[in-house]
Amino acid sequence: MDRAATAEKIAELIEPFNKKGVAVTEATTFAGDLEWDSLTVMDFVAAIEDDFDIIISMNQQAEIETYGQLIDAVTKLQG
Amino acid sequence: MTDLFSKFDPLIEQRRALLAGGVEDPFNLVMERVISPTVAVCNGRETILLGTYNYMGMTFDPDVIAAGKQALDDFGAGTTGSRVLNGTYAGHRACEEALKEFYGMDHAMVFSTGYQANLGIISTIAGKGDYIVLDIDSHASIWDGCKMGDAEVVPFKHNDIVAMEKRLKRIPEGAGKLVILEGVYSMLGDIAPLKEMIRVAKENGAMVLVDEAHSMGFIGPNGRGVAEDQGCLEDVDFVIGTFSKSVGTVGGFCVSNHPKFEILRLVCRPYVFTASLPPSVVHTAATSIRKLMHGKAKRDKLWESSRVLHKGLRDLGFQLGTPEAQSAIIAVIMPDLERGAAMWEALLHEGLYVNLARPPATPAGMTLLRCSLCAEHTADQVQTIIGMFERAGKAVGII
Repeated sequence: MDRAATAEKIAELIEPFNKKGVAVTEATTFAGDLEWDSLTVMDFVAAIEDDFDIIISMNQQAEIETYGQLIDAVTKLQG
Repeated sequence: MTDLFSKFDPLIEQRRALLAGGVEDPFNLVMERVISPTVAVCNGRETILLGTYNYMGMTFDPDVIAAGKQALDDFGAGTTGSRVLNGTYAGHRACEEALKEFYGMDHAMVFSTGYQANLGIISTIAGKGDYIVLDIDSHASIWDGCKMGDAEVVPFKHNDIVAMEKRLKRIPEGAGKLVILEGVYSMLGDIAPLKEMIRVAKENGAMVLVDEAHSMGFIGPNGRGVAEDQGCLEDVDFVIGTFSKSVGTVGGFCVSNHPKFEILRLVCRPYVFTASLPPSVVHTAATSIRKLMHGKAKRDKLWESSRVLHKGLRDLGFQLGTPEAQSAIIAVIMPDLERGAAMWEALLHEGLYVNLARPPATPAGMTLLRCSLCAEHTADQVQTIIGMFERAGKAVGII
């Protein structure tokens, strides 16, 4: 799946987690803008992992701060 | 200059606001005198202890105390050395022999604390390119062991066998895999479906480490823990445990049947680069572990107390962490930190000590009053405790 298709899919997956209805851009941060706690992060990561059939380890998650970085990482992890 | 402490400001403020309400500081309690495994004088009041991990009441066992006193006379106050240099005394070996016998395993390695046992074993055996798959509610010492090592760390939802299996199946071909589970999860006092989880882990080529800190001594026919109770102990590669709970002193350990296990004594940094336990501690531990092998009467009594307390609190209308008593920990769920702290203080004034647990130690941001029972609690004490909860709960408006 290319970056555009990956981005589209992630946009769908983030919907139920974006409870405050924040307008999400590539620069949106998960901790700052979306104010997610660790539990929400875990559930969201699990949803992405299950949908794309990939692993995003804690080590990789530590590098992902923005929505754009997540799309890049998931695009890459699909090989 | 940036003050490095500014990152703690939100916590400092939360604490200030809580104490400004006049509540006694739940994290600054002093035990002035300890009368027995179940009673102490705290902040000037005689108090029933319902928040220790003294499950089997071994802290005041006469044989255990005698062994410690003798060791002080025979070996002195401390070893002043690492296990691999001048810090291995007869008592450390005696402890490891007792553990091998207790678990029926080939190898045992004693650490200075349970925290260090997890830190050391996990960070040493899972290295670069390996994968650790662990329950999201794992203890801080497990997370810190993961952080200290170089493995890829992959958490899964608490006790979720399907989530664990999916993650195991996605790990690249040929990578080393370590699954980390706990027998009893100490915040809610719930147990893991170890038999099924370990079967799935093994089918996917993973080694398995189980932390049995909160089950040693009283869960399972021989007190070996939840894995023994569920009949899957032989499939566990590494059992981590502690002396600071049922054993009644301090220290940690790992037992294993792995044929190359002994090499860890040379490569495990939290084992090598710290002083070994004092002789009095290892002699009390060895004596206690041997007595725990014959603790069936105490185990039965502890289970009875747990069931009575669980039912008593549930009948009063408190929300509990488990639908039935699964261990010696009964977690009472509080609506928020403020009322949790108020309830904690009301119980202390009644003469009862429980643990106030709050995030980040607790799952899902919960505030808990954690009760942990001791085999030495009498049936009368348990009834007294239920009465204290009823009065305090009504006073604070939780029930």
